[in-house]
Amino acid sequence: MNMMIDPNTDRKAWMGLLAKACAADLARYWERFGAMPDHVLLRAPEIGGVMVRGRAGAVGAAFNLGEMTVTRCSVKLADGAVGHAYVQGRDKDKALQAALIDALMQTAAAPQIEARILAPLRDTIAAVKATRAAKAAATKVEFFTMMRGED
Amino acid sequence: MYVAVKGGEKAIDNAHAWLAEERRGDTAVAALSVAQIRQQLALAVNRVMAEGSLYDPDLAALAIKQARGDLIEAIFLIRAYRTTLPRFGGSAPVDTDAMVCDRRVSATFKDAPGGQVLGPTFDYTHRLLDFKLAADGEVPAVPQAPIQTAPTPHIMSFLDREDLIQSEPVGPETPPDLTRTPLELPADRALRLQALTRGDEGFILGMAYSTQRGYARNHAFVAELRIGAVAVEMDIPELGFAIEIGEVTLTECETVNQFQGSKTQPPQFTRGYGLVFGMTERKAISMALVDRALRWKELGEDNLGAPAQDEEFVLYHADNIQATGFLEHIKLPHYVDFQSELELIRKLRREAQTMQEAAQ
Repeated sequence: MNMMIDPNTDRKAWMGLLAKACAADLARYWERFGAMPDHVLLRAPEIGGVMVRGRAGAVGAAFNLGEMTVTRCSVKLADGAVGHAYVQGRDKDKALQAALIDALMQTAAAPQIEARILAPLRDTIAAVKATRAAKAAATKVEFFTMMRGED
Repeated sequence: MYVAVKGGEKAIDNAHAWLAEERRGDTAVAALSVAQIRQQLALAVNRVMAEGSLYDPDLAALAIKQARGDLIEAIFLIRAYRTTLPRFGGSAPVDTDAMVCDRRVSATFKDAPGGQVLGPTFDYTHRLLDFKLAADGEVPAVPQAPIQTAPTPHIMSFLDREDLIQSEPVGPETPPDLTRTPLELPADRALRLQALTRGDEGFILGMAYSTQRGYARNHAFVAELRIGAVAVEMDIPELGFAIEIGEVTLTECETVNQFQGSKTQPPQFTRGYGLVFGMTERKAISMALVDRALRWKELGEDNLGAPAQDEEFVLYHADNIQATGFLEHIKLPHYVDFQSELELIRKLRREAQTMQEAAQ
């Protein structure tokens, strides 16, 4: 196991969060954040597909399971920071907002973005997951061993 | 043979206008929203995503609405849309070991680590119509319990540790794709699994059932069935590393099947595999059974001549869009075709009559 620390860990985490975030939630926090930074579009929001793969028997050879919709976008801020986004679904606003946030996270605005956009998104997703997991846990079977005849 | 004919435009326009009105139904009844379909007909949405081969619940719900609930027509719409999308790339194989399970059951080990988690299942319901649903939409609060933090390892991994289960061979990182290259036979397992996961649920179910009834019987146990969300990760060229680009809900079924062995190899169980978009349990189990039946050659079994062992029969007839396309085209105008048949039969009858008269 490679013990080197991945320098991209933080960026992977926020990009992954933005990819999975609900578009309406992201739009709400983005609007509340209130700043539309000066930027140029390196790649206008574009809708496409990604082929999702699985493994035969979960561990064997890769196979194509089917596609999912993804929207991507790239921006460059006035200060030169470049932001990318690959987000699930077909929402072009979500992709643009995610790319701008990715760029802003490389600037001095990062703590603000983290506190006012990323943290609430993370909390929302965690709460939804926790509720589902708690409901699943309640359906776990507790077996009772019946008295055996031979004793 | 087809001949270009003109005419019918007005009739077609009017038919489509009527279709739109019939789709809407009685306007005294509230219109169905796409969100309602996505939320309340979720299993129909899942089937359309699985067989449409595109994970997008909103699009699948829209397709169901447009198709008036005809799921094969909805799948057709999704397949057509899918072809318009530029392909950004292929994901890393999803890690189903890390699945956050809504449901996870095993028919082989009662006390498997992680336990038997039933999830929102139809199992154990009495299949009696619930007239309360016709009256109101109220549901009681769902019980919750402390969340399990222990991992839920694949049950196959325990059998694998003891070497009791046949190991899965690895393959190329970029598997063959039947949406890019026409399916040719013999197909490797990656292609077969792709064809099965997007195949018609009814067809795959029927094929799977045939193996249970004795056609290439291989006696499957459901070692594990799990349903839940997994992250999808893809390498992003402009970044130079992989990120998560979304999350999909999948159903995975692993079967453990009759063992095989020889003088040199001790006996080992064999396996079948099903993995399908959405909560699609019947399809995933069926897929695993058919996958296992189709593996007869690589597992050194006899060809018993069973339909489920016949890869050409299974793979070329599993796709409901191909099937319905060819089937339904026969209702379209074949006027010239039929005219020539008509000419021919009249001629043959004339000749037969002439010969009969000559003989008298």
